Amino acid sequence: MYNNILTYLIFIPLVGSVAMLLTSLVRKENNDSIYKWIALIATGLQLLLTILLLLDFDPKAGLQFEEQYSWIPKFGIEYYLGVDGLSIPMVFLTSFLSFICVIASWNINKSTLGYFSLFLMLDTGMMGVFVSLDFFLFYVFWEVMLLPMYFLIGIWGGPQRTYAAIKFFLYTLFGSVFMLLGMLALYFYSEPNTFNLITLIQTAPQIDAELWGYPLKYLIWLALFIGFAIKVPVFPFHTWLPLAHVEAPTAVSVILAGVLLKMGTYGLLRISYPLLPGEVIDFSMILAILGVINILWGAANAIAQVDLKKMVAYSSVSHMGYVLLGMAAVVANNKAGAQAGLNGAVMQMFNHGTITAMLFLLVGVIYDRAHHRYIFFPKGHEKEGEVGFGGLNSKLPVFGAFMALTFFAGLGLPALSGFISEAMCFIGGFSAFRTITIIGTLGILLNAIYFLRAYQYVFFGKLNKEYESLTDMNAREIGIIIPLAFLVILFGVYPSPLLDLVYPTMDSLIDLIQSSSTFLGMK
Amino acid sequence: MSNFLSLKYFLPELCLLVFTLLIIIFELIPSLKKHTFNISVIGLIITSILLFQTHGQNTPLFMGMITIDPFSHFFKYVFLLSTLLVIVVSRYTKELESIYFSEYLALLYILLFGLFLMSSSINLLMIILSIETVSIASYILAGILKYDNKSNESSLKYVIFGAFATGIMLYGMSWLYGFSGSLNFYQINVSLQNLEDPFIVYMAVVMILAGIGYKIAMAPFHYWSPDVYEGAPTTMTAYFSVAPKAAGFALMARFFYVSFTDYSGASPLGVSNVDWMTIVAILSAATMTVGNILALRQTNVKRMLAYSSIAHAGYMLMALSVATDTALISVMFYLFTYMFMNLGAFFVLIYANNVLNVETIKDFNGFGSKSPFLAGCMVLFLLSLTGLPPTSGFIAKFYLFAAMIEAEKFYWLAIIAVLNTVISLFYYFSIAKSMYLDKITNDASIEENKVFIFVVLVCAIPTALLIINWSSLYDYIASSILLGLGL
Repeated sequence: MYNNILTYLIFIPLVGSVAMLLTSLVRKENNDSIYKWIALIATGLQLLLTILLLLDFDPKAGLQFEEQYSWIPKFGIEYYLGVDGLSIPMVFLTSFLSFICVIASWNINKSTLGYFSLFLMLDTGMMGVFVSLDFFLFYVFWEVMLLPMYFLIGIWGGPQRTYAAIKFFLYTLFGSVFMLLGMLALYFYSEPNTFNLITLIQTAPQIDAELWGYPLKYLIWLALFIGFAIKVPVFPFHTWLPLAHVEAPTAVSVILAGVLLKMGTYGLLRISYPLLPGEVIDFSMILAILGVINILWGAANAIAQVDLKKMVAYSSVSHMGYVLLGMAAVVANNKAGAQAGLNGAVMQMFNHGTITAMLFLLVGVIYDRAHHRYIFFPKGHEKEGEVGFGGLNSKLPVFGAFMALTFFAGLGLPALSGFISEAMCFIGGFSAFRTITIIGTLGILLNAIYFLRAYQYVFFGKLNKEYESLTDMNAREIGIIIPLAFLVILFGVYPSPLLDLVYPTMDSLIDLIQSSSTFLGMK
Repeated sequence: MSNFLSLKYFLPELCLLVFTLLIIIFELIPSLKKHTFNISVIGLIITSILLFQTHGQNTPLFMGMITIDPFSHFFKYVFLLSTLLVIVVSRYTKELESIYFSEYLALLYILLFGLFLMSSSINLLMIILSIETVSIASYILAGILKYDNKSNESSLKYVIFGAFATGIMLYGMSWLYGFSGSLNFYQINVSLQNLEDPFIVYMAVVMILAGIGYKIAMAPFHYWSPDVYEGAPTTMTAYFSVAPKAAGFALMARFFYVSFTDYSGASPLGVSNVDWMTIVAILSAATMTVGNILALRQTNVKRMLAYSSIAHAGYMLMALSVATDTALISVMFYLFTYMFMNLGAFFVLIYANNVLNVETIKDFNGFGSKSPFLAGCMVLFLLSLTGLPPTSGFIAKFYLFAAMIEAEKFYWLAIIAVLNTVISLFYYFSIAKSMYLDKITNDASIEENKVFIFVVLVCAIPTALLIINWSSLYDYIASSILLGLGL
């Protein structure tokens, strides 16, 4: 019944973007609201289709809604789409957050045509990444996102926007060119030559060439890992993130943290894991260590921040560390541990997407009103050392309540979605790498420190006289927070709808990797 | 084939000569003077029709001096198309208003004639003759802005460098001739087989590389190009960075694939174990790195694009260094897409120079909002020059890397090349930054020009839409790498 639904999902935003450009040719003036409505309709349609897709999705059936057309036959490049339990939460997250972000950008007034058309192009790229099953196609979508993101940060961003934009662009390009080499090596050394990610699951593990004294598969793994790790971002490749997240306009920060970061871990799970299972086992320890470093380093940095948005950005680094730790648990001896780890990782990807979206949106709310977002004023500021806000709870009770919910979700309070997935990541990590995981649990404490401290100084204490005139959240702002809050609470008390989507796919991934380990005699 | 019979296949070149004369004659007759531009466009169209007539031929002409084959055909189309675009743009370039336009056109025709010969020479003497034909016309064209000091300087530098490089190449060829007793590529290959001591061949290869390297601006023979590119009229800079460069690659590919490849299959290297591949690989790494690193520091847009075109020569040399069929296809594919994206970028620059006197990167300030269409196209070209999807530059670069990995050689070179790609992003996007990101300080308003929009569109459409399907282009190029037969 849903023929080519994935193609529609990808290209509806692009059509919207083209429609805007055509509108601008026909009508020269006062198009702002037209552009906004086109963007809203395009992302709304996309969200609607995603919900239809979800309703029709059968978690146990593996790959579904496949579309496979030959594109460049001579090179074995295909237009091959499909979704499974790994991609479906990400597809939903993408269309959901895109829709919310269009509403969140309603107050953008600086060249709306550019903003919304670039935003929709970005949407197309993100959706394409999550449904492509051909490596070449995947790579094209992966790179297509960079340009809109560059302009979105660079034109509509904060004071350091130009630097942040080019830094983001250079970092991610640096990663993806290595991915290109890895992709070509996979293509040429596998027999038959193909970019088809499903066929490569069979053929890629058989590559046994050597290069510079190392097995080629090691080098391919490394090349792909650099590409994905920069996107996650894994320490020490994370330095682009705080800058880009802070400088980007609110909606773009939401997309960056909510969707773009997930592409890194998604790429690892979609490509590196099934294609190079032997290397996954060899590198899992390093992955776990990097994950724990991410957790601690991100959290420690967040504690040191005085800027709310920067704190949230570093909290993303920390939270993505949980995903890495959970992913590394695939080598656990007991299968339950591996299951907890991988399912936890995918759920954390989704939950972090919703929680961080709330965080950035709420920080955006206060920034729109007060035009700063300092917990304490930083060095060099005229009010150096003073508390930035204080006592906001008495003036903005609704805002304070939502912020409390979000902060608690971020620090992993039980009954909110972050807790479930973080706990699962730790359970998985613990069954595979005991000591490393125990060190990593310190992160929970550190997370609590910065969130609670921020809440205390912003919302409690004496009301700062300057902010007596601030107004509480308006209907639009509340309207976009409520669906997110609903998901956070829902998956906190009743995570099984999400878990049921994910775990059959993760089960087969675990089997694939663990069977390859017995096959290679490594265990 | 005898000289007389060959003439039938030489019609496109003859047509070019006829129209060169026509342009000069028209210039002398006052009532016809205003038609020289039209006649030059018509000439190119007729030439391409004649060229199409000889499609599919594969035979040596004029007793084995030149050859007509699908390989040279492909390049001739590239030359014709780039010449046509440049001539159309030249008509509307402010810089060229003060010159004798017919002279300019006639010289371009002679240059084009030389390029045709370059792409089809299979004889050492013809190489020299064709390169000199191209060079002499180029020297004059670079200096055609008589009252501009920079233009004069560039012309002089070009002459000195060119003469020097040709001299070295000629010397290398004399070694090759002395050794093999033949001027024909194929016979040279035969006589070079099974040499005990290939030292002489190495010497010849290096010296010939100097000559060809000068033409394609390969490091360390690239020093002329930034100065010449900066001083020459921008239309000529655009032209030099595309057409003669493509011809240089055609010549180099043909010469090295025919004369220095081991066809007996005894060695993975060149004939008699001459490892010219590694030499080219090292030069390629140097070329792309020098081009990109120096481009980073440029503020003048023309100069920056000059260095960028050095870097692009490096990428193409990279693929040539593995000397496989796929590599040759990828280089031709690259040249084809490079023609559109590079010419497109230059045309936008020419337009910006016309209306805003843009010379440095900063002068592009506010161009994004003043001329949204052309600025958008500029971003597309820059994206393509960097090699990012969904542009044609990505596909082309993808094939270059594919050729490297497929040949399982020079992985280090591939890694240097991807790092260079990242570097190039920085300077290309400094233009985008200036157009869109920086605060607008320049409030001059400009009007759009329909001719420029049209010509830029001609460049932008293939650049943007090739990603939809490039199978037929690839197949056409793959079918044209059949190099002409010997005698």
